[in-house]
Amino acid sequence: MNTSNVDAGFAPVAVADNALYVSALRNEFPILNQRVHGNVPLVYLDNAATTQRPIPVINATTDYLLHSHSNVHRGGHALAMEATRLFELTRSRIQAFLNAPLPEEIIYTRGTTESVNLVASAWGDDNVKSGDEVIVSEMDHHAVIVPMQMLCQRKGATLRVLPVLDNGTLDLDALPDLINNRTKLIAVNHVSNALGTINDVKSICALARPRGITTLIDGAQAVAHLKVDVQDIDCDFYVFSAHKLYGPTGVGALYGRAEIMSSMSPYQGGGSMIASVSFEGTTYNDLPYRFEAGTQNIEGAVGLGAALEWFGGLDHSAVAKHEQSLLRRATEGLSAIKGLRIIGNAPNKIGIISFVVDGIHASDIGVLCDEQGVALRVGHHCTMPLMKRFGVGSTARASAGVYTTHSEIDALVTSVGKAVRMLS
Amino acid sequence: MTSAETIRKLVDEFASIPDWEDRYAHIIALGRALPAYPEEYRKDKYKVSGCQSQVWLYAGGKGRGDQDTQGTVDGEANGHKDVVSEVIHFEADSDAAIVKGLIAILMKIYNDRTPQEILGVPPDFIQKLGLDQHLTVNRTNGLASMMKQIHLYAIAYGRIDEERKRARELKSQ
Repeated sequence: MNTSNVDAGFAPVAVADNALYVSALRNEFPILNQRVHGNVPLVYLDNAATTQRPIPVINATTDYLLHSHSNVHRGGHALAMEATRLFELTRSRIQAFLNAPLPEEIIYTRGTTESVNLVASAWGDDNVKSGDEVIVSEMDHHAVIVPMQMLCQRKGATLRVLPVLDNGTLDLDALPDLINNRTKLIAVNHVSNALGTINDVKSICALARPRGITTLIDGAQAVAHLKVDVQDIDCDFYVFSAHKLYGPTGVGALYGRAEIMSSMSPYQGGGSMIASVSFEGTTYNDLPYRFEAGTQNIEGAVGLGAALEWFGGLDHSAVAKHEQSLLRRATEGLSAIKGLRIIGNAPNKIGIISFVVDGIHASDIGVLCDEQGVALRVGHHCTMPLMKRFGVGSTARASAGVYTTHSEIDALVTSVGKAVRMLS
Repeated sequence: MTSAETIRKLVDEFASIPDWEDRYAHIIALGRALPAYPEEYRKDKYKVSGCQSQVWLYAGGKGRGDQDTQGTVDGEANGHKDVVSEVIHFEADSDAAIVKGLIAILMKIYNDRTPQEILGVPPDFIQKLGLDQHLTVNRTNGLASMMKQIHLYAIAYGRIDEERKRARELKSQ
């Protein structure tokens, strides 16, 4: 294995914990080994936006397209059966990944956003009435806030907000007072995309369950960083996207307890979701197909299956340990830059670090870091209420993946320092 | 200096700075030299929508401008029939330093020029200056929207000028 090209362009760094492990991992991501803007090595720190795909995931999708593509569930021929087998194999892998009790509790969607919209529409229309209340958190992504706001507007219900404390954690003490006998749903993210905070969703669900309140956990940022167990969390719905888990874009899943979903009205009408159709009326298919109208993103599902298999094969204790050491290194390095303020200092965070610098616009930092090859995300991160909470319009955000190295964190710190000097 | 001459001068200026750091230092310096944006125009209606930074653009000039600031659109109702300027005067600002520098470049090219001149500027100056990534690819910084807005002002004022000219001709017949 050639490790010299992995961190080409950087001074040799001390071999830290797990460095060899990460180096080996990086060989599966050729995209990371390139130079941008002429001649600077790419330092990809936008993993919270999307992760890169390893070769096995890309190969699985290609193999499927080259050898197995067909529509699923409909034909009795060899290709249709093979495509269906792969499609359903991924469903059972998702089930195992989330530790869901039943495979039919896993619904394919286009991703987290569609999963949330499905719940807001199908479950929401059946269960939320005028005068009811829905709780979201101040750190939720717009993909959770907006569908719930739309649901409340449709139904004449009230959206209530669980606040965020100064350190970027949820004010869980405020939750009992927000809950009343009109509360129908609590929707909250497992991990904040903007701050990296890991939320105690288990406690939230424990409060909701005895009161008959339905819970939806947005796992978009959690699945690639935490062991997720929907039975342990005891939520009703859990949603995620494949592309933040080293899989393809345009595919994701909704886990929903069979007890709830079996009585839920359909979301979209079309093929696959029906049992029989006549002009007098239509009867709907069973779970999970009732919520999978139309031809699904089959190659996406195959890629997701490969991503789950690949991800499942990692040494997760090594990955988690490495991620925390990256976070510590980034926190220490960035904190030393004059005027820099980290937004979100929760005790439990994934490898996400969001920051602002006094008197300097985050977009300027983004542009100048990009010139140095460092890919950050700058903006409101689709969390405008959260930005308002912290009195900022936008932040610069660095987010690590399993392949992020210590020397990349050093490159981050160096590039931000240089940007700040140029802008001061 | 015509817009074409300005562009040639800017291209030479940027070509003489090979180092990316110096180029950005120059862009930032241009932004700092931009005349202060009049606070009375720091309103949402003059905001150009952009994701990463805020951009304001006001367009006016003698006899131009909107109801708020100039009385009427063409100034004629106030008896300013003959004092409408030929050029459009812009004021612009951003809260981000690099965007502000890029605005300063746009102002050198577009400010205080006639609608025809503005619409006649060949858009390839963006490539010539090596600013592609800021003005075209990265639309989120609001600069692409600002260029579009400048063009829309030029089209609108160009039409108003045409109509005014026609009205004057009819009157004098």
